[in-house]
Amino acid sequence: MTFETFIFYLLGFIAAASGLMMITVKNPVKAALWLVLAFIATAGLWILAQAEFLGLVLILVYVGAVMVLFLFVVMMLDINLVVLKEGFTRYLPIGAVAALATFALIYMVVGPDRFGLQAFPAPTPLPADASNTKMIAVPLYTTHVYAFILAAVLLLVGIVAAISLTLRRRPPKEVQYQDIDAQVKVQAKDRFEMIKMAPVVEPEIKKEEKEE
Amino acid sequence: MIALSDYLVFGAVLFTISMAGIFLNRKNIIVLLMSIELLLLAVNTNLVAFSSYLNDVTGQIFVFFILTVAAAEAAIGLAIIVLVFRNRKSINVDDLNSLKG
Repeated sequence: MTFETFIFYLLGFIAAASGLMMITVKNPVKAALWLVLAFIATAGLWILAQAEFLGLVLILVYVGAVMVLFLFVVMMLDINLVVLKEGFTRYLPIGAVAALATFALIYMVVGPDRFGLQAFPAPTPLPADASNTKMIAVPLYTTHVYAFILAAVLLLVGIVAAISLTLRRRPPKEVQYQDIDAQVKVQAKDRFEMIKMAPVVEPEIKKEEKEE
Repeated sequence: MIALSDYLVFGAVLFTISMAGIFLNRKNIIVLLMSIELLLLAVNTNLVAFSSYLNDVTGQIFVFFILTVAAAEAAIGLAIIVLVFRNRKSINVDDLNSLKG
């Protein structure tokens, strides 16, 4: 067993175990944290498979952004944990049977007979100065540039959808809003008015008072 | 050496675990969403392994796009959960039955 194989099995075991913990723990916050561990272990596996850029993106984007979003939402909601775990034991047998059956089916297809080392020899390791980022970047910006732009538009749609879904206008008696439209449209004549006034001569101040 | 089938079997393990998670946590919509994230991760692992063993970087580009879509999906899904919780005061899947489906 080489060092690489050892790392592979260690990370694979960590990922599978934290996946199992994620689906069995009661508390959604703990489930999210176990999912973070599964993501980190899988990122290590991706780096082992010479996909360094995607491994780091997985940690930065998933662990750093998506899972933090999950934790925010879980902690914002006031959840009744007892109700949510009802039916766990009821669905356990059928869940286990379905999972095992699916795994058996997938294993029969992708098992070592078809995808072992004989059929697919291990790739030659890339030289030390090979840049995985560049390997991804060049086709991404040339062959797949339209898909890339489409992904950017998709993210924009995601932003707009998430904001417009959760934005809530509370009645004006609770919160006072700034009316930016009205503020921008306002003109000097709305705010400032010249008034004609009859000139009034200031009454002469008496000399004695002035001296004192 | 690590064979391609090792990566594929690992992906299958992760996939079935998260599928079982969807079966077991039928009440908690947040854990359902997390299980879907784990499903996508298992599929991405397969794509990364194939990309590495076939010396074709297109698989990694595909993973890149799947990550983008998954991030947008998670954001919108969580926004919908927040909205549901605000209106129904519960995220129990059984309470969301106004469509009588």
